[in-house]
Amino acid sequence: MAYDESKIFREMAESIFGSPINRREFLARSGGGILILFSLGDTLEAMQRRSLPDDFNAFLRIGQDGRVQCLTGKIEMGQGVVTSLGMMLADELDVELEKVDMVMGDTDVCPWDAGTWGSLSTRAFGPSLRAAGAEGRQALKELASAQLGIPIDRIATANGIAYDKQNRSRKVSYAELAKGKRIERKASGKVPLKKPSEFRIMGTSVPRRDSEEKVTGQARYAGDIQIPGMLYARILRGPALDSKLVSVDLSAAQAVEGIQVVREGDFIALLHEYPDVAEDALKRVDATWETPPTSLNEETIFDHLLKSAGEGTATESKGDLNEGETASAQLFDHTYYNHYVAHAPMEPHTSVARIEEGRVTIWAATQSPFGTQRDVARELGIDEKNVHVLTPFVGGGFGGKGVGRQSVEAARIAKLSGKPVQVAWTRKEEFQYDTFRPAALMQVKSGLDAKNNIVLWDYTVFYAGQRGSDSTYDIPNMQVTARPRGWTSDAHPVATGAWRAPGANSNAFARESQIDIMAAKAGIDPFEFRMKHLSNEKLKRVMTSAADKFGYTPAKAPSGRGIGMAIGADAGTWVASFAEVDVDKKTGGVKVKRVVCAQDMGLCVNPRGATIQMEGCIMMGLGYALSEEIRFKGGQVLNENFDTYELPRFSWMPKIETEIIPNMDEAPQGGGEPAIILMGAIIGNAIFDATGARCFFMPLTPERVLEALKAI
Amino acid sequence: MKTPISFTLNGKPTTIAVDPNRKLLWVLRTDLKLTGTKYGCGEAYCGACTVHVNGEATRSCAVTIGDVQNQQVRTIEGLAKGKTLHPVQAAFAKHDALQCGYCTPGMIMNAAALLEKSPKASTQEIISGMEDNLCRCAAHRRIVEALEEVIQR
Repeated sequence: MAYDESKIFREMAESIFGSPINRREFLARSGGGILILFSLGDTLEAMQRRSLPDDFNAFLRIGQDGRVQCLTGKIEMGQGVVTSLGMMLADELDVELEKVDMVMGDTDVCPWDAGTWGSLSTRAFGPSLRAAGAEGRQALKELASAQLGIPIDRIATANGIAYDKQNRSRKVSYAELAKGKRIERKASGKVPLKKPSEFRIMGTSVPRRDSEEKVTGQARYAGDIQIPGMLYARILRGPALDSKLVSVDLSAAQAVEGIQVVREGDFIALLHEYPDVAEDALKRVDATWETPPTSLNEETIFDHLLKSAGEGTATESKGDLNEGETASAQLFDHTYYNHYVAHAPMEPHTSVARIEEGRVTIWAATQSPFGTQRDVARELGIDEKNVHVLTPFVGGGFGGKGVGRQSVEAARIAKLSGKPVQVAWTRKEEFQYDTFRPAALMQVKSGLDAKNNIVLWDYTVFYAGQRGSDSTYDIPNMQVTARPRGWTSDAHPVATGAWRAPGANSNAFARESQIDIMAAKAGIDPFEFRMKHLSNEKLKRVMTSAADKFGYTPAKAPSGRGIGMAIGADAGTWVASFAEVDVDKKTGGVKVKRVVCAQDMGLCVNPRGATIQMEGCIMMGLGYALSEEIRFKGGQVLNENFDTYELPRFSWMPKIETEIIPNMDEAPQGGGEPAIILMGAIIGNAIFDATGARCFFMPLTPERVLEALKAI
Repeated sequence: MKTPISFTLNGKPTTIAVDPNRKLLWVLRTDLKLTGTKYGCGEAYCGACTVHVNGEATRSCAVTIGDVQNQQVRTIEGLAKGKTLHPVQAAFAKHDALQCGYCTPGMIMNAAALLEKSPKASTQEIISGMEDNLCRCAAHRRIVEALEEVIQR
């Protein structure tokens, strides 16, 4: 299976490159204690080589109070790395988890990091963090050896204490060892990591470390930052992304008491000490806009996209397509579609900007603090070192908070107004300025020989991107082409970007639907049909585990039972899922009753955290599968709030069962995305199994299900 | 026009001079610096801004500060009794019934009012009572489990 992730992540990172701060400067800022510098994991290093001449990305500090700080450019947006990264470090260092403080996403103290995405924090950053922890423990053992006057091989460590193995009462705490010292040491990578049998914390289920702050309302998000003299800004927006301001009358808005107006060309913002008053004033602005005419809407978009698609290159190929076609007794030629989908985090894009003595401070809701730093510096024409980005808790990202647009706006307005400024997008702005999951088409031509073996697979994905497009099954003659390879393109009338497991949701829907269609035509149970075409032991194992957990019994589809299944891989993790649905044949409504998901993610650092991610993926995935779609006309995004964009709700909740295959001896893989990639596929396949109706278009709305029912 | 508005906020008598037409959400977040109550949609669709007015779960983006004159308002900051978490808060933390945490204050306020009214709510009643609070991280299952546990105690 061609699983070239480094390429995928290189593409992803290319849009958000930053540069590391000077190493000496960095060390000067970081104060006393013991510093362990460590470099990135291989995957990430390969991806970031161009922009990371320096050799470290984060470091830990053992304080004189015995507490341990881990400074990282990664951020916490709900995915739980505030817990899992701390677990890794605490385990390798031999300190209690409670003693580890995570300092995340602060560009003044944390080393450069591209961004928090791609399920990379655990699998790419984690190994380096563990190596640093191990290195730290080694340094402490050396210090303890000198202090206690015994050979280093007699020193053992536990719970923040180094002691003599032969006489436990001879001991010294990490805090004492760190006192008055400043030892700089580069992680050699030669200190062995703990073996799984030696883990005390990793592999155990640990509750979130940020719960108490979050249940009491004390957790701070960017919008909760209030600094003296700060004004809230509301920005004048055109009806479409490419609207041009023709004329504007600001007099009524200016008449509102306390309103300050800033303007630079077409960029106009109203500021007030209260956001709601700024909003009211904005409504009094009389503006005329000119929007370039366009005939594109959600109906015409797919023709346009097909016509605009550039040449693709094969990302995977084997055998000969012509031979495959000749060998085929039956051919299957289908096109699958999905619409634009929004990220819709509950916290809209928000930033606070303050400029003091030429230095800009930004508190940002972002997945990329350093990308924000770069964007703001570029916008203001200043050096990056004069931009300090802090990242409070982020209220959901899902790929949508990768760029610093609202931070750039806040910085710009702070500069124009001379005041600290908060820009918090309204829900309407959040929809209008989102970078949507792209609308996409997947054309699949496949063939079965007389013995019902798949002998042809000719797969082209338009606009969703390459990720997750792997052929997955053993097929002698196959080709996969991505046009383009990434998820952005000028052909779209709206901005597009990474959306939780970018591309993989679309590709899994197409691949697994096509496999199901062939299984049904062959008259073979879809589980058996898949197993028959798989040699990858990992996939077979997750598939079997999921089937066992589900209690699957063979039957060819449509069996009337409403059971759908799918398999795939994402972020290094192997995943298989089953769904059971009810279809209301009168309304086309689909109720997902049960979802079972099994995944093999290598070493699972925090099974509880990973399970929560799987549950979240399954529930969130109901949305793109069943209801979420962006509508647009004349350049305008028509969805403005949650009344016209339906997120999954409590009543949609299926019975969710998850299984993580025990695999402690292999490297940890991604956990934030894999379980979402199969949701469209399993529901589409379950609808077919229930009714015999095949849906080719996501989301699988009641209207589309009814249409498919009529087409039987 | 600023007018003095008196109400009880988290158990304390409070008077502020404010335009009575301003939304409760923004007065709480700005004048009163209680930022636990969140903006999510501004049009009462998502529930992130839920507070209690006289014990009723209320969308603070949809009522004005004038509306709560002489009323009892409780926000997430006033739900715990000192250091003792409200049972709903404790259950949310215990069950990891949150991820990013942004919808959490509204979820908890809505749930606390729901259980106050229906201390023996069935799972189905929990689901319908929580239906209009949105969570994008999709912690729904754990939220329901947390509330079931509060009810069983």
